[in-house]
Amino acid sequence: MKKKVLLMLGLLVMSAATAWAEDPPTLETNKAAIELVQSHADYVWTLVAAALVFFMQAGFAMVETGFTRAKNAINIMMKNLMDFAVGTLAFWAVGFGLMFGVSSTGWIGTSGFFLSDWTPGGDPWVLAFWMFQVVFCATAATIVSGAMAERTKFSSYIIYSAVVSMVVYPIFGGWAWGSLFNGGGWLEALGFIDFAGSTVVHSMGGWIALAGAIVLGPRLGKFSKDGRAQAIPGHNMPLAALGVFILWLGWFGFNPGSTTAANKEISWIFVNTNLAAATGAVAAMCASWLKFGKPDLSMSLNGALAGLVGITAGCYNVSPNSSIIIGAVAGVLVVFSVLFFDRIKIDDPVGAVSVHGVCGAWGTLAAGLFNLEGVTLQIIGVQLLGIAACFVWAFGIGFLMFKVIDLTVGLRVSPEEEAEGLDFSEHAGNAYPDFQVSAYAQK
Amino acid sequence: MKKIEAIIKPFKLEDVKDALTALGVEGMTVTEVKGFGRQKGHKEIYRGAEYVVDFLPKIKMEIVADDAKVEQIVGAIQKNAQTGKIGDGKVFVSPVEQAVRIRTGETGPEAI
Repeated sequence: MKKKVLLMLGLLVMSAATAWAEDPPTLETNKAAIELVQSHADYVWTLVAAALVFFMQAGFAMVETGFTRAKNAINIMMKNLMDFAVGTLAFWAVGFGLMFGVSSTGWIGTSGFFLSDWTPGGDPWVLAFWMFQVVFCATAATIVSGAMAERTKFSSYIIYSAVVSMVVYPIFGGWAWGSLFNGGGWLEALGFIDFAGSTVVHSMGGWIALAGAIVLGPRLGKFSKDGRAQAIPGHNMPLAALGVFILWLGWFGFNPGSTTAANKEISWIFVNTNLAAATGAVAAMCASWLKFGKPDLSMSLNGALAGLVGITAGCYNVSPNSSIIIGAVAGVLVVFSVLFFDRIKIDDPVGAVSVHGVCGAWGTLAAGLFNLEGVTLQIIGVQLLGIAACFVWAFGIGFLMFKVIDLTVGLRVSPEEEAEGLDFSEHAGNAYPDFQVSAYAQK
Repeated sequence: MKKIEAIIKPFKLEDVKDALTALGVEGMTVTEVKGFGRQKGHKEIYRGAEYVVDFLPKIKMEIVADDAKVEQIVGAIQKNAQTGKIGDGKVFVSPVEQAVRIRTGETGPEAI
């Protein structure tokens, strides 16, 4: 054993010595070597973060299926799977170019389609960057799935998913983030602050979700004849909770990864992200406890997500103390927002519009209000402009798109298919063949 | 021979089974059922909306016994399934015409 270690040590010394002999280091070679290490670290961190954000797809799938009925579980898994698969291809072919391609107007990118910015042997940074951006695109797309759950025709959902990843998300994204690569957008030129996407990703998804839920109409039995919201209990709260824990984990890639650089600042972003999520969960629990008399799990889970969405814009320009305030407001806001959308008869089974749309807007405003370098009317004005532009674009285009789908191929399944469950009517399957159906699920 | 059907609270099943086994009851059949009596259902809340669950989960036990043992068995069930609160359940006793042990072909009280 000892001999082996000695031998290894000897070899190591010899190889180091030969390396030394070949190429005496200079200031320049040392500088280059250090830069190479930093660049490798940037690649590794960006790709690890991309993997964490990818895992959020699993989180969204679990939250959505947990909050809805067993008879639609296969359909929900299919939607979440295809969101990422179809979205990846759409973003590869068209979306990335529209978002990050060269843009002379600041409105739309015009190069880099089909990942043409990379040629074999060329600088692979565009690949790492694309990987990080494609998982963001898929996050925006999958938010919509939850609000449209349990009644959307599967084929129509695929059309929606492709259009969003190809056009709707990338064009707005380019306005705010284009300069991260070859592009440059009008909104970022004004100084719009949205570090990791409270608006670009979350409000985007949330407002499209709102359009979808409106065009679809509520699920059968969601509102009684006198207009009161009825409970349609989700079939698996532990899965929903697992989904939220997965999303929380994924957010440690989503926010700190948005540096796309391995630096010390990511610890600050990590802490802000975690504090806002924790405060959001606590605030939503308290709000639901006071409002309903019992601490409500599904609302507290929404609260954690609301805090995460809220801190996403400002995670790199607000203090940890501010992130607690941002999370607390988001946690309370989400509870009342869910009740509000119920009251105006918009059926969003998982609270996607409230979590992502409303709290995304709040987070974007908060990134201006709590800006560490001070707040001016101009900063607030630009933040509000970004929030409004996102609403007009996402809700407007979303509404139009769903209307066109509805009038052509049809957006919603028939009442009979809905009652039967989409697992059977759309996929001829049954997610839980070994379990008995509960009378609960047969509304 | 009599059949004793008892609808009880699910968490009382172990107690009742142990008491019956102690009395020498050699077999029983248990089903997970749902229902309500005077207790009616109870209210649950999901995302701020209250709803009434009419059919609460219960356990139905079925025991077939010799006439002579029925009183003892019913007594044991009543004693062991009781919490004193509404919703404890009910016991029904009805005559059984015939019993056959499938393995041996024995019939009547021999078969139970």
